[in-house]
Amino acid sequence: MRGKSRRAGRALKAFAGVLLSVIVVASGARAADDAGPNGDWPMAGHDYANTRFSPLDEINAANVGKLSLAFTFSTGVLRGHEAAPIVADHTMFVVTPFPNVVYALDLTQPGAPIKWKFSPYPSSSAQGEACCDVVNRGAAYANGSLYFNTLDNQTISLDAKTGKENWRVQLGDFARGETMTMAPLVADDKVFVGNSGGEYGVRGFLQALDAKSGKALWRAYSTGPDADVLIGPTFKPFYAQDQGKNLGVSSWPGEAWKIGGGTVWGFVSYDPAQNTLYYGTGNPGPWNPAQRPGDNKWTSGVFARDAGTGEARWYYQMSPHDLHDYDGINESILVDVAVNGQTHPALVHPDRNGYVYVIDRTNGQVLSATPFVPITTSMGVDMKSGRIQWNPDKQPEPGKTVRDICPASPGGKDWQPSAYSPRTHLVYIPHQNLCQDAMTSQVSYIAGTPYVGADLKIKVGPGGKRGLFTAWDPAAAKAAWKIEEDFPVWSGALATAGDLVFYGTMDGWFKAVDAKSGKALWRFKTGSGIVGQPVAYRGPDGKEYVAVLSGVGGWAGGIVAGDLDARDASAGGGFVNAMSDLPQKTAKGGMLYVFALP
Amino acid sequence: MNVRAACCVVAAIVSLAACQREKRDFEAPTKAVTPPPVRLSEIQPGAISTKTSLEGKYEDNAFALSEGKRLFGWYNCTGCHAHGGGDKGPALMDRVWIYGSEPAQIYATIVEGRPNGMPSFGGHIPDNEVWELVAYVRSLSGLASGMASPNRSDTMHVKAPESNVEAQQPVTAAPSGASERP
Repeated sequence: MRGKSRRAGRALKAFAGVLLSVIVVASGARAADDAGPNGDWPMAGHDYANTRFSPLDEINAANVGKLSLAFTFSTGVLRGHEAAPIVADHTMFVVTPFPNVVYALDLTQPGAPIKWKFSPYPSSSAQGEACCDVVNRGAAYANGSLYFNTLDNQTISLDAKTGKENWRVQLGDFARGETMTMAPLVADDKVFVGNSGGEYGVRGFLQALDAKSGKALWRAYSTGPDADVLIGPTFKPFYAQDQGKNLGVSSWPGEAWKIGGGTVWGFVSYDPAQNTLYYGTGNPGPWNPAQRPGDNKWTSGVFARDAGTGEARWYYQMSPHDLHDYDGINESILVDVAVNGQTHPALVHPDRNGYVYVIDRTNGQVLSATPFVPITTSMGVDMKSGRIQWNPDKQPEPGKTVRDICPASPGGKDWQPSAYSPRTHLVYIPHQNLCQDAMTSQVSYIAGTPYVGADLKIKVGPGGKRGLFTAWDPAAAKAAWKIEEDFPVWSGALATAGDLVFYGTMDGWFKAVDAKSGKALWRFKTGSGIVGQPVAYRGPDGKEYVAVLSGVGGWAGGIVAGDLDARDASAGGGFVNAMSDLPQKTAKGGMLYVFALP
Repeated sequence: MNVRAACCVVAAIVSLAACQREKRDFEAPTKAVTPPPVRLSEIQPGAISTKTSLEGKYEDNAFALSEGKRLFGWYNCTGCHAHGGGDKGPALMDRVWIYGSEPAQIYATIVEGRPNGMPSFGGHIPDNEVWELVAYVRSLSGLASGMASPNRSDTMHVKAPESNVEAQQPVTAAPSGASERP
């Protein structure tokens, strides 16, 4: 085992060598424009490029030590709070985990009292169809309306001033395992939403709705015939592995594509200049790969689509025939990158499979793919074919225990979104350092029940720390600095023009570090573990505020949020095996914390 | 039809409806009360009446318990409850029972489903298999016979075998974390 790992490491270095002349020259100017003029935070990713970079600089390295609590708000819910608070029009909007209550808080009043509350009443039964806690990743504000999804597959538009319902549409069926947990993206007068349920044999899709009426405009499935995937004459994937007719059918056995996953539960990015959307597709189902020989298109990859028609422009598959639940849903941050002196409009995508991908977003060409965590499951990404080189020693086989799979199924990084600062040219990646032992098995498809066929025992990776916060330099294709954390860093990251970076830990610390050096500058202990997305905004008083939801949960926090029993190492998708000490460090909660300088 | 006739018809309809509205069934057998086959609540109005039968069918039967274990995987129970430690659904190897630990209560939970995400399996799987599942679910916290409970798994080793679980005193309660486990 060890000898093979060393060989894999040498191979990785050889592949990485190709990329050394990559330089990032991105600018945050456009990002600031879509986020509005007032230091608002109108969507989960802050801007269409998903930078999570706030142009506010009042709070900086010199004064952050004085950062103090401004106000708090209890959500009344005790499950994983993964949402970003949304700020627009002097109001903060918070969507809770199931039952997905929306609170509007009036930022013009002392203590930010409730302006309105909206209860969508999603079905209680939908809770049984959510793989990884009943989370919600936030709302989106645009043109006076607020948009959000409910666990039972409704997309709802509210009047942001009054909380009155504009429209609601039902987009999926929880009785067949579909749910919705993602934060919508609103752009080009359309709302873009996708489904969850890759562990229930659902068929993933991205849906476009008319922002004013909720009318369905187009739906692009992630599996099936080209007509369903909206693949037509304009589809020009860069690599031969993604070229051909109806690969969404032929890369599956029989009709397995109908229950093949590829859900769209991550963040969607948008390039207004090209009117193009970028998003990742989830894992193929079931996890047991023996039941789905083939590349399983179009799962575990990145799509670029025309926002107007939904037509696919290109696709790149990070994990063909995904062996380890390496969903491709992680965010794509849109930045410009120079390679060998030539500037490419690019996207930076830190993937579950352990590589940071820099991809030319005009054509889907991989400019670099570099490991950011220890990897045993693959030996590198072949730059000619674009194909990941899976390590056959870590290939699951039904009935066989495969040990030391690195990264584990939650990946080098899961859903928790990175931030990018145009001032430091660094991508700030909140993530984990986990490996696992796994055994797959034949699983029956029974609609409305899980469709997985794998037992996992997740454990700490090399080095002994489960969490990492990595500042990644895409130009040098290496880490600028890293912070080790005891628990997986399951919160999002926030970067600000004050050259600060914020993130939270699963034992409840909210931290500010120096964006250039990673030096710890400030921390505050919240009531529960943090798995939410921190944001910064300018209040009606002109001051800069930083906000985050505290409330442990999600896949990593299931042992606390779901009261799971660590005597069964496979509980909670095997994650409790790595988290058995979390209940001694934190308890359930659901609280908004907002900070400002005194 | 003249106006008077129309009025008569309307009056007749109104009075008929009124009859239905005011009707009382004086013959109703008010003293015959059927207790439910299974009680989900531990409180009753007035004195606690004697229990109806809550017996399981296979608590001591090794074959049925091992069948229960196989079906627990086949019907994807493991997808939500793992091998007893819980996942989307609650842990079943601890002493905390949201909907009761008695065999008939577990039977009802499987057949009826429960409102926060437990599917209703009634009508979808044979009755006999439900009882095998009931016995196996109880074995996860040592409530079935240790002599008959399964002692091996077809999966990789993730926990102690059911035959080796010390019986835990069941409590009907809301789960509140690992700290209260014995």
